[in-house]
Order: sequence, then C-alpha cells, then structure tokens
Amino acid sequence: MVGVHELLKVFHTGRGPVVACDRISFEVQEGRFFTLLGPSGCGKTTTLRCIAGLERPDGGEIELAGRVVYSGRSRVFVPPNRRDIGMVFQSYAIWPHMTVFDNAAFPLQAGRLRLSGPLLRRRVAQALATVRLDGLEDRPATNLSGGQQQRLALARALAREPKLLLLDEPLSNLDAKLREQMRLELRELQRRLRITTIYVTHDQVEALSMSNVVAVMSEGRIAQIGAPREIYERPASRFVADFIGSTNFLAGRVTGPAGDGLVRVETAHGPIRCLASADALPGTDVLVSVRPEDVEVVPDSGLAGNLDAWKATVEQAVFLGESLDCRLTVDGLKLRARVHPSIRLRRGDHVSVSFRPERCVAIRPGAETT
Amino acid sequence: MAQAAPASATVFRPPRRVRLSAQQLLPVAIALLVAYLTLLPFIFLLYGSFFTPTVGGQAGVFTLQNYVRAYTDRSALPVAANSIVFAVGTMALAFAIGTMLAWITERTNTPLRGMFFAVSLIPLIIPGILFTLSWIFLLSPRIGMINQWLMGLLGLGGPPFDVYSMGGMIWVEGLHWSPIVYLLMSAAFRSMDPALEEAALMSGSSVLQTFARITLRLNVPTIIGVCLLMFLRGLETFEVPAIIGIPAGIHVFTSKIYLAVKAYPSDFGLAGAYSTNLLLLTLGGVYLYGRVTREASRYATVTGKGFRPRVIDLGPWRYLATALIIAYLSVMVALPLFVLLWNSVLPFYIKPSLQALSMLTLENYTFLFGLPKTTRALINSLVLSLGSATIVMFATSIIAWITVRTKLRGRWVLDNLASLPLIFPGIVMGVALIWVYLTLPIPIYGTIWILLVAYVTRYLPYGMRTASSSLVQIHRELEEAAEISGASWWRTFVRIVLPLLRPGLLAGWIYIVIVSIRELSSSILLWGPGAEVLSIYIFDLWNTGHPQELSALGLMMVGFLFLLALISRRLSQRYGLRHEA
Repeated sequence: MVGVHELLKVFHTGRGPVVACDRISFEVQEGRFFTLLGPSGCGKTTTLRCIAGLERPDGGEIELAGRVVYSGRSRVFVPPNRRDIGMVFQSYAIWPHMTVFDNAAFPLQAGRLRLSGPLLRRRVAQALATVRLDGLEDRPATNLSGGQQQRLALARALAREPKLLLLDEPLSNLDAKLREQMRLELRELQRRLRITTIYVTHDQVEALSMSNVVAVMSEGRIAQIGAPREIYERPASRFVADFIGSTNFLAGRVTGPAGDGLVRVETAHGPIRCLASADALPGTDVLVSVRPEDVEVVPDSGLAGNLDAWKATVEQAVFLGESLDCRLTVDGLKLRARVHPSIRLRRGDHVSVSFRPERCVAIRPGAETT
Repeated sequence: MAQAAPASATVFRPPRRVRLSAQQLLPVAIALLVAYLTLLPFIFLLYGSFFTPTVGGQAGVFTLQNYVRAYTDRSALPVAANSIVFAVGTMALAFAIGTMLAWITERTNTPLRGMFFAVSLIPLIIPGILFTLSWIFLLSPRIGMINQWLMGLLGLGGPPFDVYSMGGMIWVEGLHWSPIVYLLMSAAFRSMDPALEEAALMSGSSVLQTFARITLRLNVPTIIGVCLLMFLRGLETFEVPAIIGIPAGIHVFTSKIYLAVKAYPSDFGLAGAYSTNLLLLTLGGVYLYGRVTREASRYATVTGKGFRPRVIDLGPWRYLATALIIAYLSVMVALPLFVLLWNSVLPFYIKPSLQALSMLTLENYTFLFGLPKTTRALINSLVLSLGSATIVMFATSIIAWITVRTKLRGRWVLDNLASLPLIFPGIVMGVALIWVYLTLPIPIYGTIWILLVAYVTRYLPYGMRTASSSLVQIHRELEEAAEISGASWWRTFVRIVLPLLRPGLLAGWIYIVIVSIRELSSSILLWGPGAEVLSIYIFDLWNTGHPQELSALGLMMVGFLFLLALISRRLSQRYGLRHEA
C-alpha cells in the first residue's frame, strides 16, 4: 500500500546540513495501523510530511497504492493536492473563518471532486456522522471544544474517503483523560473503516496500544520495526530498549548456550541467562536489558533458594499504590525493580535479586540499527 | 497496491511541468515588479548625482562636480549641522513627552488616564502640514494667537515666542511625533512584568528611583529603537523645514533639496548630491534600528502574559499628572484645531474677541467649493490613496507569502527589495523618480500616475510588515490542510490565506489610505497641473496667501481622516471579534 525506499531528506540550517531522513525504507500493508515512534527531532514528522508531499525529499522513492508519487531518480514529484491522502495535523488546522460544514466540505469541493448540492451535503453529513459531530454543521469552527476540533479534523481528512490516512501527533494537544478516550475511538474508527493509517507520535503508550506495526526512529533512521510486543520484549538495540519503557543494562560477555534458546552471560556481578540473537557466539560482548518488572526481589532470609540470585541492598523504595518502585545496588551497580506492592521493603534491607531468563535480552552494544 | 506503478508515474508528469512553470513565473514577475519600483529609483539617483544631465540625446559625462558643490558650498556645513541639531532636538522632545505620558497612563493612578488612551490617537490623524501651519497661526511673531494673548495679558512690548527659529521648529516637529513615542513606549510598559518594579519598591527604592533604575533600564533596547526612529523622522521630515525653516533661513537637507529642484533652472545634480548624503545618513539609521530591534527581541525581559499591572500611587502629585495630560491634549489637539476653525470662519485674520464674533462667515467654505480645483484635488487624493493602498496590500500579501512560506532561493532578495524604500525620505524618493521618468520614455511625469508610483513604492514596506506579520501568525498547517484536501495553490491562497489575512490586510490598507492622503514630501516634486492632491493644494494656498481658505480645507480634511480612522476601528473590532469567537 505504502512503500518508502531509501528516503533521504536534508535540511540546510544556519549550522550546516541536518539529515532528517537518512535513507529510510519501510512498507505498510493495506488496512494496517503503522506508527512512527521516536523522540523529537528523530525525523518521524519529516518522513510523514514527505509521504504527504508537503516536503520534497532529496532522494529515494515513495509509492502510494501502486503509484510512484516521488522518485529522486526519475524526477517524479506529485504535489500533495494530487495524492489522495487524508491528514490530521498536530494543531488540527481547523480553518477559523469557516463553519463546521465548510471545513468538512472543503476537500469535496476542491480538487477533482468538485461536488455540490445534495450530494455534497450527503457526503459531509456522512463524514461528520462518522466522528459523531452531526448536528453541529452550522457552528463556527472556532466554537468547538478541543476534542470536537480533533474530530472535525478527522472528518475533514476522511471526507474524500482517501486511500491513506496520515496522523501527525493528533492527541498531543488534548488533556490526559480525553487523550485516552480519543485513542480508543481513533483505533476503533480505523478498524471499522479499514483505512491504511500512518501515525506519528513520541508517546510509547499510544504507539504500543494502537498499532499493528511500530517503527522506532532515531536520528533519521529506523532503529527497529515490528509488532508492539516484539519491540517491547525483544528490543534490537540499546536505544530501543531505553526509549520504550525503562530498563536496566548489565554489561557482560557470552560464555555459551544455556538451553531453550537461551545463552549464558557472565557479568561483573554474576552470571545471567537470557535470550540472544543467533550471532551471539561465545566471547561476544553484550548488554543485557532487563525491564524493572522482570526483576524479582525476595527479602533476604538467609536461605539461598535460587543459585542465580544476586545479593543486593535497597537504596530507595517508593510506594506507588499499584506497585513498589525500588532502587537497588549490587556492588555499586544500580538496578531498578518494580515489584508487587504487597512486598514490604525498607531502605538498607538486604535482598536477593533474580531475573526471568526468558524476558532478559542480550543486545550487541554497537547495534543501533537493524 | 502493486498495479502498474511505473506507468501511472509517467502519466502524471505532463501536468506537473505546466504547474511548475506557472509557480516559478509568479515569483519572478513579482520580483521584477518590485525591483522596478524600488531598485530603479535608487540606481537613477546615484547615476544622476555622478553624471551631467542628458541633453538632446547626448549621454551624460561622469563628474564629481555635484558633490564638490554640495560640500564646498558656504552653507554646506550649516546644513549638515542644522539637520543633525533639528533631528536630535525632535528626538529628545518627542521622547521626553511621549515616555512621560506613557508612564503616567500605564503605571500610575492618575485620574482620567483611561480616557487619554482613547484620544491619544487623534493627533496621529492631523497631517503634518496642517499641524505645522496651525502652529504658525499660534506662535508666529506677527499673527500668532498665543503671542498676542500673552502680550495683552502681561503687557509685553514684543512677542514672547518666535516659531521661525530652530527652537520653534523643534517644538512643532517634536510635538508632532510624540504620539508615536507614546504608543511604542506604553506598549513596552504594558508588557513588562510588574513584579520587577514591585521587587524594587519592596527593596526600599522610591517611585522615581524605580522608574529610572528599573523601568527605564529594562526597556533600554526599546528606548534606543524609539530614539533612532525619531531621529530618522527628524532627518526625513519636510513640512516643518519647508514651511518654517525656509522663511527663517534655517536650512536642512530636505529643504535644500526642495530649493535645488524648485530653483530656475532646476539643479537636479545638486539635489541628487544632497539626496545621496541624506540617504547615507538614513541608511545608517535604518541599519542600526534593525539591529537594535533584533537585539531587543533577543533580550526580551518582558513576557507576553496578560498582566494587569498594579499601578503606582502618586499621592497628591496625581493631580499634577492629570494637569499635564490636559495641557498636552490642548497643545496637540484643541489649540491647533481651534485656530484652524477660527481662521476658517473669518474673512481675514483677527484675534479672537467679541467684536470678531460678529464677523463670522462661511464664505471661505463656499469660495473653496466654487473652485473646480477643489473637487479635482479631492478626487485625485481619493483615487490615489485607495488605489495605492489596494495595490500595495495585494502585492505585499503575495510577496510576504513567497518570503515567509516558500523556500525559494533568493527570497531574501525580494524581502530586502520590498523594504528598500524605508531608507528613502519622501523628498529623496521624489528626486529619484524625477530622474527615472525624465530619462525613461514613459511620459507620466507631472500626472497622477507618477504619484501613484511614488505612493506604492513608498508604502510597500508598511504593507510588507503588516502582511508578513499577519502571515506568520497563521499556522502553516492551515494551508497544508487545504493542499492535502486537494486544493491547488491559487485556490488555497484565495480561499484560505486571503480570508485569514483579512483583518491584518484591512488594517494595513486603511493605514496606507491615511498616510497617502497626507503625503506631501514626494508629491511636491512630482505633481503637475491637473494632478493636484489635497496636501499640495493646502501648501499652494499657504504660499499664495490664502490662510483662511486653507484652514477651511484643512478642517474638512481632518474631519474626513477622522471618519476614516473611526471606520477602521469599527471594522477591526468586528473582524477581530469574529475571529476570536
């Protein structure tokens, strides 16, 4: 449906060139919800704007529904108004000098459709009904609440029934509660219309909860691409592990296989068993990523039940209601753990710490991209 | 999906090529037009000052003679000195008055200060030529109303004031610009965080100490900017130097240029040399002004939050402050308008008295309207001001769109070209345009068309400023949303950009209408019989000794401009409300 190949975009700023998209490639399948996730300045919005045609790339190729809309080699550039895309902007970009009806009707009147009369009214009513804004047609667009403006922007993007929907951080201007509600609504609407969607966000919760596929971006490149669970549970690089959720890193060296597809890693503080990619041959230096919720903490009763367990001291224990957030030290190494709130720990307590092997991942320290 | 991708790509190529060329043509056409309007006069002015005039098809010869004459003339040094003294005096007076008023109305509990802000805009409407003439009626040693009052009141042997002096010139010019200082400084005071002043008061400093050490210090960049602006206005102004300065024998650059052109035969070379000198001075000023205002925005100690500043209690002094406000308003508005009104209803000059009241007449008004010249001047002024405002706002909205929104290479050239007229004092623009249209085979010299060219060129920078600052406020995504919706560039511009710019464009349009009706310093060199405008007509009535008729005409002109300003306020309120709702 959407194919992006070797997309290159360079901005020339006062402080020299900045590569916003560094030969990015990915594909989005028909009807999928695809998310570009990354910190600000990683190039995700630029990528989206290149797909929209609002930026002119410096190289590569973009294909929409089987049609090449940009190609650096054969010098094709289809302007945005001929690409048949719906887009929701971060600011919503609701035109303040128009009514709700006029805003939603604009895409149907402009371009090649040029609808008017009853047909136009029916299509606008349909678009507004999709986002539950029917009945507000004659309101000035500026009289809408934040959530309603958001829906109107969506109605406008969907009015032409485009093949592709682009969403540029559409929820970032809403308050927390509304954001959660719109997240569910948006996902539900996308499922119902089965419209191919590309979503840009810096919020990992949005990315993980809404998408079929997530592409994590960093410094103009795609660091990892995969299903939300895969991204979270099998991060391919230190950046991905760190950016999605919080994690502990333990430096070590692979010593050999440990059965069940696991490897044994020797660290300065003791051995760990963890998942690793096939090229993690014995002798390779790795970083082991362990999520705080995968660190098991047992109050030290003098009984060493688990051979792999490490001795640790509680530095800080913060009760958060649904969990207990602990900072531990193991011989100077700092660890974060999130444990069940029923466990009572205090500063200075001696504890045993162990890791769930099937949830620990060994990462090659140099690997920043796949 | 993957149905025949390459084929459809080639299908889409032909329309793309056509669109590209159309979109590339527009900026080029606009750039050529702007260069023609702004760069050409500049080049011709320089050329004219260095070459002898073209006579009978014979090309000019390079010469430094004009500059030698300009510098070695016995009056050369006094002219430069007078110009600087006059400009500095104007700056100092306007700044002192304007800043004091701004502080009183924005920061103290002076009674009636709320009313003042509403009427502070009225002086801006009175054209410079009328303000100057009305002060001659008030302070002239022979007929000055104030002089005669004081002589009668105090039993003086001679007039206490003489407007025909450097002091008189500075008084009139400084007063005339003080409302601008007031507006700029009160905006600066209003946006300053009052906690900064309150902290000084809590540290034990007095009201005046706080004003001097905190309020003024924090606004230093703004103050420097405002002072530079006033200095430039003092250099560029024409009305006071021509109407007061020439009879008084106090010459500055602008009046020297005027005299050189109006001499018989016209000495365009000398006018060009003086113009180039003046241009160098204003260029330096405009450059500094640009740097200072940029610095000012960098050192922004002020925040844009909607503070309601706590006011300072002046105690009993607040009644003195009220008296100052009333005195200012009478000097700015009441006295000038009264003297014009008084002159306009009497057959000849008499000082106000009961006896004079019996001679009241409307003859001056009827006489004025009996002349075909009056209607012609009125129509010319209207056509020119409406025409130039419309052309400027339409052109600058496109130029601003190109410079703000596109990433075209060389768009900064366009921006600078459109701002180039800022360095041209009106009279210098007049000299430059004389050169252009006496050289090029375009026969518009002396017609209203050359005036139209002059006004459009001079007010291009103002249009640019309103158009680009309004455009910057319009979120880019509003346009992108239209493009994504399938609209072409032109449709996006007409349906989205122009309607959103409307409040800003309207404000700029009305401003240009008002300033072009008042324009004198360029028109004075370019007009010809049949192309009279109101300001020229008034100047003419003064020079031919018709003070009564010119007062009548001037009053009507002020009334008309006042109406225009009221309409503009209404319009901006209405459109403002619609967009904020």
